[in-house]
Amino acid sequence: MKHADAIVIGAGWAGSILAKELTEAGLSVIMLERGPERSTAIEGAYPDSVDELRGAIRKRLFQNLSQSTLTIRNTIDQTALPYRQLAAFLPGEGVGGAGLHWSGCHFRVSPDDLRLRSAVIEKYGEKFIPEGMNLQDYGVSYAELEPFFDKAEKVFGTSGVAYTINGKVTGNGNVFAADRSSDFPLPPMQDTFSAQTFRNACSEAGYHPYAMPAANASRPYTNTYGCQMGPCNFCGYCSGYDCYLYSKASPNVNILPALRQDPNFTLIANAHVLRVDLDSTKTKATGVTYLETLTKKEVSLSADLVILSAFQFHNVHLMLLSKIGTPYDPVSNTGTIGRNFVYQTISSSRVWLPPSKYTNQFIGAGGAGVAIDDFNCTNFDHGPLGFIGGSPVWVNQAGMKPIAAAGGAGGGGAPRWGSAYKTDLVETYKHSLGIDAHGSNMAYRDVYLDLDPTWKDAYGQPLLRMTFTWKDNDIRMNQYVVSKIAPIAKAMGATKTHLVHLNQGQPFDTRHYQTTHLGGGAVMGEDPKTSALNRYLQSWDVSNVFVIGSNAFPQGMGYNPTGAVAALAYWAAHHIRTTYLKSPGPLVKL
Amino acid sequence: MRRLLSYVPVLAALTLGSTPAFAQTDRDALIKEGRYVAAASDCVACHTAPGRPAYSGGIAFTLPIGTIYSTNITPDPNHGIGKYSETDFARAIRQGIRPDGSTLYPAMPFPSYARLTDHDIHALYAYFHDAVKAEPLAAPENKVSWPLSMRFPLTLWRWAFAPAPSAARNTTLHQFSDPTLTRGAYLVEGPGHCGACHSPRGISMQEKGLTAADGSSFLSGGAAIDGWVPPSLRQENRTGLGRWNEDDIVLFLKTGRNRQGESFGGMSDAIKHGTQHLSEGDLHAMAKYLLVLKPADTKQADWVYNTQTASSLHKADFSERGAKIYIDNCAACHRTDGKGYAAVFPPLAGNPVLMGKDPASLVHIIQSGATLPGMEAAPSAITMPDFRNRLTDQQVADVVTFIRHAWGNNAPAISQEDVAALKKTMPERNLSNEAVPLN
Repeated sequence: MKHADAIVIGAGWAGSILAKELTEAGLSVIMLERGPERSTAIEGAYPDSVDELRGAIRKRLFQNLSQSTLTIRNTIDQTALPYRQLAAFLPGEGVGGAGLHWSGCHFRVSPDDLRLRSAVIEKYGEKFIPEGMNLQDYGVSYAELEPFFDKAEKVFGTSGVAYTINGKVTGNGNVFAADRSSDFPLPPMQDTFSAQTFRNACSEAGYHPYAMPAANASRPYTNTYGCQMGPCNFCGYCSGYDCYLYSKASPNVNILPALRQDPNFTLIANAHVLRVDLDSTKTKATGVTYLETLTKKEVSLSADLVILSAFQFHNVHLMLLSKIGTPYDPVSNTGTIGRNFVYQTISSSRVWLPPSKYTNQFIGAGGAGVAIDDFNCTNFDHGPLGFIGGSPVWVNQAGMKPIAAAGGAGGGGAPRWGSAYKTDLVETYKHSLGIDAHGSNMAYRDVYLDLDPTWKDAYGQPLLRMTFTWKDNDIRMNQYVVSKIAPIAKAMGATKTHLVHLNQGQPFDTRHYQTTHLGGGAVMGEDPKTSALNRYLQSWDVSNVFVIGSNAFPQGMGYNPTGAVAALAYWAAHHIRTTYLKSPGPLVKL
Repeated sequence: MRRLLSYVPVLAALTLGSTPAFAQTDRDALIKEGRYVAAASDCVACHTAPGRPAYSGGIAFTLPIGTIYSTNITPDPNHGIGKYSETDFARAIRQGIRPDGSTLYPAMPFPSYARLTDHDIHALYAYFHDAVKAEPLAAPENKVSWPLSMRFPLTLWRWAFAPAPSAARNTTLHQFSDPTLTRGAYLVEGPGHCGACHSPRGISMQEKGLTAADGSSFLSGGAAIDGWVPPSLRQENRTGLGRWNEDDIVLFLKTGRNRQGESFGGMSDAIKHGTQHLSEGDLHAMAKYLLVLKPADTKQADWVYNTQTASSLHKADFSERGAKIYIDNCAACHRTDGKGYAAVFPPLAGNPVLMGKDPASLVHIIQSGATLPGMEAAPSAITMPDFRNRLTDQQVADVVTFIRHAWGNNAPAISQEDVAALKKTMPERNLSNEAVPLN
């Protein structure tokens, strides 16, 4: 059996970061990726790469659900059915993973995001937490993670503007943002017209607009690893595409070129991992068994260290299939694998400006825009509102493509065909802009992941089952934040506003895209009764398994997850390198 | 196929006498030097065919007389050079003479290698004998029919055009009083064999000049090789290196990219296998040397950036021939101002490749695409896709005419017939080559 010092499962951001760090530490690393090789040379070949039908519509870079998917139900009394068509969320597949198809919104976290339970109790008392909500802290602080946020930004070539650096105000960045140890590696992306209009209106309304931090390069950039990025030209083909300009950060552009030069590194594509193999004590991983998807041959590898760095729910699925830790049981409220499965609330409202204002929606960049954090995290008083969580609000004009524009014309209730539809389509495309409330989602005792008792994937393994719906706390939070958009729209000179928010009684609907920001299910924390991983993202139960990704988030935060995932990946890697490798075993002893 | 190149740092120290006496027992150090000389001489480029073991030969050279294949130079006694004594080895490399007395095809750049010092030959021999794995693998048979297959004309060629090693060394090492320039001259004229591609050739395929002392033809640009045109490395303002500084050249040889442009064709291999492995000191020596080569074409007006093109394109004035095609296909990366983005997307404005007489490289990049491979100091591979199935010959001619004229380039137009004719030498589609690095 072939041996590697470390096996990394999944070739996205988390896997690429861990593989880079571990090869730097001198380890031999095999990285397994379920999907195919992907390269900008091929996926990004211009102009085919900006074919909307091939890209976002036919979902070229996403998971092939005919082989493996999950089942979904809203509540515990329902029978879950397979998610057969990509819609509500879009897991990636292939080298680069979600890091290849993402937009590039590259946030840090609000310090209170990491200690939300403590922060809420400090401010409002424990009784403020609703019955059935599993509000938890991460077990790691912003101060501890700051060096790793910093490191990740310099790898990603992140464009942005700081508010404070080492305690000193340095620019017109986000006044709510935590202090930084150094500036962004690149200046902020320019405001589109719509973002500029939003910025002015927010200022007028008394809020605090800032340029969204974007892993879309505002200038040519050479990163920490010598990897190069071209500058973004606002073509708008970010989310769902491989950026042909090499300007959207991806593992493929920012890490793998350097990693592939390392003789200690091997990447095996088309390798679907079936399980992490454990020894008889179930406390030590011995390696990994995967299926070569092109030959259907099963291959086992041995390893001293196994990194699970697949997409959020694939990590949870693999833990359950491999019997790492105890599966969560919502009835007895025991076990941790599958517990605290969370999502994010997102609602996209639309504002129409007068005919003299052209929003040029074909222009855009996935991570660029202007946001306000006045209603995010603990930045406002929740006391009288009676809910936990919040949302940034932003104009993130990411480039409206023609097919999407045709599908979304006119807003709610507008005609769907005929000349009125056509007029609406033109008016909407030329003069409107989108404003999103992209918010938190809390964890609940009856929202979780487990193995489906009925459905199996193409390889004969049980599918993962998702039990999820929207809850009162998050619906009210979303409605509150969306209500704050109306005065901003007015200040923008809106001729029409179509506000969109979650509604009480409307369950989670898998048929419409919402966001791919799934989280939790194998969360980090300080108590093995309520977390699957310790604060170093190490399995409490199998100490040579680390599980890296948004699966570690105890609740969904207002920001996009990639920045936090990357920082946690570097944080975990740092402690593996400095502590674990010297003396393998649990990094947290109870 | 062939490349050009360069070479040796440890060696520099040796010639300057600053290195401790070489201990015969320290074979490893000698092998290490030999590996460096092999990189500087880019032996891999010609002697390692894709899919074959290192140095086992097999690369085809399509010549007017037929096809010849590079040989196995691993230490295998039957198929390689395992039976060569160091004297045999030195004669083959420096003089093109095989142990049996016959002459090598001058695809082997022995007129350049004639300059190799005894020490470099010694190190190279140690490397090939002790550190390269023997491969019992025959190179394919040459396909040259009689009477052209007879080797005696090669001997006549050699007598006429190949310099005697001692004289060659003497010329190269005594052109300059500055030791850095001498070092540069040695690297460029000797192991680097830059002239093999970048010098024009005479009627008998001999290079017109092998050293800086041979006049201004040397390194003034060669004929297309595998469809790619090696530009002049002399100081012409428009078509040579007249606007490159020392650091530009060093960075180019180290990473294949700089603010002036990016490598393509055989030069990318030459950098990947060769120059990127050279020491900073040696790269600077080569650059300094190239910068003293006076222009061969002394009549070129200085290139001056012309803002007219960008200003017309900004106003959506696409009346110039090829402008619309440029906007639709090229401007996303190379920009309307033609300046590209330093070291990522090469500038077209003022780029010597655009202003040369022969447009073959330009046409071929559009027809076949190109990938700049990742280098150790610049791991990113940057790919330009091909536009073969998207643009007609007429459209390629139009857009090439546009970029040759725009931004002050003012190079002559080309026709649809020119593009059609260039299909004969069109390289295979870049991405059909499985060796294209992923990124």
